[in-house]
Amino acid sequence: MSDYNPAELTVIMGSRALQDGQIIFAGAGLPLLSAIHAQKMHAPSLAILFEVGGVAPRITSLPRSTNEARSVRRSVATPATIDMMLYLQRGFVDVGFLGGAQIDRHGNINSSCIGTLEKPKVRLPGSGGANDIASSANRVFIISYHEKRRFVEKVDFVTSPGFLEGGQAREKTGLMGGGVEKVITNLGIMEFDKNSRSMTLTAVHPGITEEEVREKTGFELPVAEDLKTTTPPSEEELRSLRALDPEKRYLKAGDF
Amino acid sequence: MDYRKARQEIVEKNKGIRDKRTTLEEAVSMINDKDHVAVGGLQYTRTPMGVLWEIIRQKKQDITFYKPLMSFEGDWLFVSGAMGKAVTSWFSGGVTWGVSKIMRTFAERDPSTFEEWSLLGLSLRFKAGAMGIPCIPTKTMLGSDLEKIRGLKRFTCPYSGEEMLLIPAVNPDVAIIHSQIADKYGNAQIFGPPCLDIETAKAASKVILTTEQIVDNEHIRDAPNSTNIPFFCVDAVVELPFGCYPHECYGRYEPAYEKLGEYGQGLLKAEDKIGFVQEYLDKYFYQPADFPEYLDLFGVRSLVEATRRGRIWPL
Repeated sequence: MSDYNPAELTVIMGSRALQDGQIIFAGAGLPLLSAIHAQKMHAPSLAILFEVGGVAPRITSLPRSTNEARSVRRSVATPATIDMMLYLQRGFVDVGFLGGAQIDRHGNINSSCIGTLEKPKVRLPGSGGANDIASSANRVFIISYHEKRRFVEKVDFVTSPGFLEGGQAREKTGLMGGGVEKVITNLGIMEFDKNSRSMTLTAVHPGITEEEVREKTGFELPVAEDLKTTTPPSEEELRSLRALDPEKRYLKAGDF
Repeated sequence: MDYRKARQEIVEKNKGIRDKRTTLEEAVSMINDKDHVAVGGLQYTRTPMGVLWEIIRQKKQDITFYKPLMSFEGDWLFVSGAMGKAVTSWFSGGVTWGVSKIMRTFAERDPSTFEEWSLLGLSLRFKAGAMGIPCIPTKTMLGSDLEKIRGLKRFTCPYSGEEMLLIPAVNPDVAIIHSQIADKYGNAQIFGPPCLDIETAKAASKVILTTEQIVDNEHIRDAPNSTNIPFFCVDAVVELPFGCYPHECYGRYEPAYEKLGEYGQGLLKAEDKIGFVQEYLDKYFYQPADFPEYLDLFGVRSLVEATRRGRIWPL
């Protein structure tokens, strides 16, 4: 088996979840690496959109943020930010790729504060476009390092809506986007029960046990009856990925 | 600003086609303490840095700044006292320099100094302002805690029965915008992403435009479809080469990453964060005699390298 670190494993699993021909929003860091990797491996016509105003750019060097000229080089169009975000509301965006400081049982994401907003323990940078992506993308994938303090029963603040309180809560509030479809971590893949809309472990990565995942999750995590084991990253997948981040800005060993 | 007052300001202002060229100092003197000011560009891109620099030098106080995504400039505005409140969707140093410790210091002491919206939510505030209406419906932010803390009103569409949120318009006192080229009347041509600048230019009562290069009016008329902001929106035009530095201007220069990194790393290491920023402000903002002298402090090499990396022919 090839040797890989948690960040590399997660990015490759994210890459595999994307399909050729999709229109996606991907934030800087690991989601963007997954998207570019997918373009190199199996989805050459995957089109990436950026908030700043870039449609299907050709990304040659990994941008530090998704909001600069480097990230929109050779775009087919450079629309205004409001138009980029309204493509989401109109239904043009197949996949939104998000991370977050806290994620809860129903896929709600917090990137605003730890504690309450009136008395924050830690004030975080905030939504950016994440709320809009979570509100309106046709489906959302979450990419995250798997640890107890991130996977919590209830997020301190719902910056980006998942299935809210679960069940039909999301549909009832009038949101049009499909909500979170997959949560991809360094330990496994989680999806959501059709009725309760609760996170359920559906796959573990090679060498990871279901107990380990449950132990590192801050709420009672149900396990699918047909729990699968993912195929480990291939040499080719790893080679292609490492070439995208030679300085290991994002693909460092350890947590991410 | 009150909806009717915002419209009246446009009705009454001198919108004629006239030479609006002025100095950076004169232009910034149009901004008052406690004004609401919309900042063009987004994160590191096409930030009207020269105007922010001059606002800090003129010791303006307690301004409410609107910017779609805020970066290090937010640190400088907070510590100088120029910014009383940041209205934004995201406020951080940048991906590789972590969360802004200055933002945290201010927002954790007084949460009202950082008013968070989603990016589309904030964009729609400007859109409504630009359209001359007091609010605009959307599906974004429904059900989230952002809806709750912003106290947004629900609205049921009378035609479809769809549940929506109503986003209140914003009409800032002043918008500050940087373009690649403009003529002396303020006809501005922005290349690359216009960000929210087209909306903010229409929403604001006054617009201060800085530009890399003032060109002849005939040049503008040769390519009128490239004009994003027409003259009647604009009140002051200042030619300011490298006016976004150390941020970027699309097609002209990239961010001076190494200089942003020096600041970012310095702030991470500094024990006294506020003191570190005060020293930075003193060296780079208060001491230089003028904007070129500010650029001098970073050196020709930095400008040349940023240009080499960022220029796109024929912009």
